[in-house]
Amino acid sequence: MLELNYDTVIIGAGPAGIAAAIKANELGLKAVLVENRDLLGGIPLQCVHPGFGLHYFKEDLTGTEFIYRFFDKMEKLGVEHLLKSHVHSIEPVAHNEKVVNVITPQGVMRLKTKTLIYTAGARERHVFEINIVGDRPAGIYTAGEAQTLMDIYGIIPGKEIVIIGSGDVGLIMARRFALEGAKVKAVIELMHYPGGLMRNIVQCLQDYDIPLYLGHVATKVVGKKRVEKVVVAKVDEKLKPIEGTELEIPCDTIVLAAGLVPNLDMLEKIGLVIDPYTRGPVVNEFLETNIPGVFVAGNALVINDLVDYVVEQGELAAEGARYFIENDGIPTTDWKPVIRGRNIRFIVPHYVSGKRDVILYARVRQPEKNVVVAIPEVGWKMKQFNVRPAEMIRVKLTKRLLERAASVEKISMEVIPGE
Amino acid sequence: MSERELTCIICPASCTLKVRTEPGGSLKVEGALCPRGVDYAKQEVTDPRRIVMSVVKVVGGDLPTVSVKTNKPVPKKCIQEVMKATASIELKAPVEIGQAVIKDICGADVVATRRVKKVNSI
Ligand SMILES: Cc1cc2nc3c(=O)[nH]c(=O)nc-3n(C[C@H](O)[C@H](O)[C@H](O)COP(=O)(O)OP(=O)(O)OC[C@H]3O[C@@H](n4cnc5c(N)ncnc54)[C@H](O)[C@@H]3O)c2cc1C
Ligand code: SF4
Repeated sequence: MLELNYDTVIIGAGPAGIAAAIKANELGLKAVLVENRDLLGGIPLQCVHPGFGLHYFKEDLTGTEFIYRFFDKMEKLGVEHLLKSHVHSIEPVAHNEKVVNVITPQGVMRLKTKTLIYTAGARERHVFEINIVGDRPAGIYTAGEAQTLMDIYGIIPGKEIVIIGSGDVGLIMARRFALEGAKVKAVIELMHYPGGLMRNIVQCLQDYDIPLYLGHVATKVVGKKRVEKVVVAKVDEKLKPIEGTELEIPCDTIVLAAGLVPNLDMLEKIGLVIDPYTRGPVVNEFLETNIPGVFVAGNALVINDLVDYVVEQGELAAEGARYFIENDGIPTTDWKPVIRGRNIRFIVPHYVSGKRDVILYARVRQPEKNVVVAIPEVGWKMKQFNVRPAEMIRVKLTKRLLERAASVEKISMEVIPGE
Repeated sequence: MSERELTCIICPASCTLKVRTEPGGSLKVEGALCPRGVDYAKQEVTDPRRIVMSVVKVVGGDLPTVSVKTNKPVPKKCIQEVMKATASIELKAPVEIGQAVIKDICGADVVATRRVKKVNSI
């Protein structure tokens, strides 16, 4: 069996993993990037729509254009990577030694490494997770599956489509189907407000006259061999289906865009601590988890709507890995917990030292207008006309600002009604 | 024309814009947080345009399709024309990012947004 030694092994070659691998190389670490599929690039490789890179490149690129810029950089630096290589398991040997078992077309490899950067993205929620009963005929796809078929292989999976979930993923898929000449019969959303950005409601649904059913739930799939229809009902305030409000929507294809969950099984097996609100790991300001030397970035850390933040997290994890190696572990310090205040659903990272700049990522629980987002311990405030769960809040706190909180034991973020 | 309410799609702030035709015929836009919103609203009520994206079949490449987009927004009423054109062509690998795969359609070019490398078939 082949055994190799590394400073860091990066698992998953989406934007987070690629950015981490590039940064690790630039920092002089011996790094290898391991990818399951036969293609690098993760989700952006199959995103043909614009909306990528506005922050990172100050340009509006398609997902494909965005990720190829990173491929070019990888090639220039000669970043070592393995394709069609499935990470099977991780063995924690010591605080500064992990073994990553990888099944590759050349056989099983054992990668011995000082640190690990986990960037395997998120998995899509499937039918059985969202309480849809009934038949299980052909014609049910997750948004990601449908996107791979259409935008990598050029196959349109159906003619009459119902999309479940009105997050940006669902809205963007609705437009893709409509553009390719399929009839999108409905987008179904459980909540009483849309999950995605208003601009996507306009340019993905309204442009193509696609009906959006807010406060509705798909309760049942009907179909013998292929999907024939879906039954939809209104929900009450507690989001429970109201009897007698059912309607049937004939269709041949159902696309599930019902949310993403960080894909962490492999790390949970070795004792990863999970934040119930992000469903990702609990991390410090280097994105290091409770398992020393294991860093997590991208959608495996927290579901991101902007790839720019994913890249930023990948780069930070690589810097964390270098700091870890230089100091034989992240030096212990008085970590301050970061607390969720009013109308904050989650906030990442969970611990900060106050000794360096940090970037906080948060989402609100509920949409609210005319508010102030505040971190009272450091006297930071930002007026916002609109906060919505669909838009991640990103705040950079400088070391200087954090020094104001030197004597307090925690910092917190809250959303307060404005004047 | 009276008053129309729009949502600005230029950036995620999603401002609600009100567009009104003044007696002289000029357009007045309210609610925009920045000048880009004003331009968007004027364009949207006179000649709405969108970027169109799709995929085009490729033979002899490491991927079976190449993703494409119009390099400029095209009039909304032209979207179907662009889609028909992209569906009716087939390219030969290699294809480079930025390469025009259809020239001058509805005032724009359709350009490749993914790279497809040539593979030697056996
Ligand atoms: C439909 C859709 C539209 C989007 N639109 C936009 C947009 O307009 N603008 C924007 O900025 N962002 C957009 N995003 C978000 C963006 O694509 C994601 O935030 C980003 O791709 C997350 O990157 P990642 O590297 O964390 O994960 P991914 O891109 O999911 O990559 C994870 C990689 O890990 C690999 N992997 C998984 N398990 C293993 C294993 N065991 N071993 C080895 N490899 C493994 C996977 O194969 C994959 O390549 C969109 C997302 C979707 C789904
Ligand atoms: S008006 Fe300006 S700030 Fe408002 S949504 Fe449009 S571009 Fe964004």
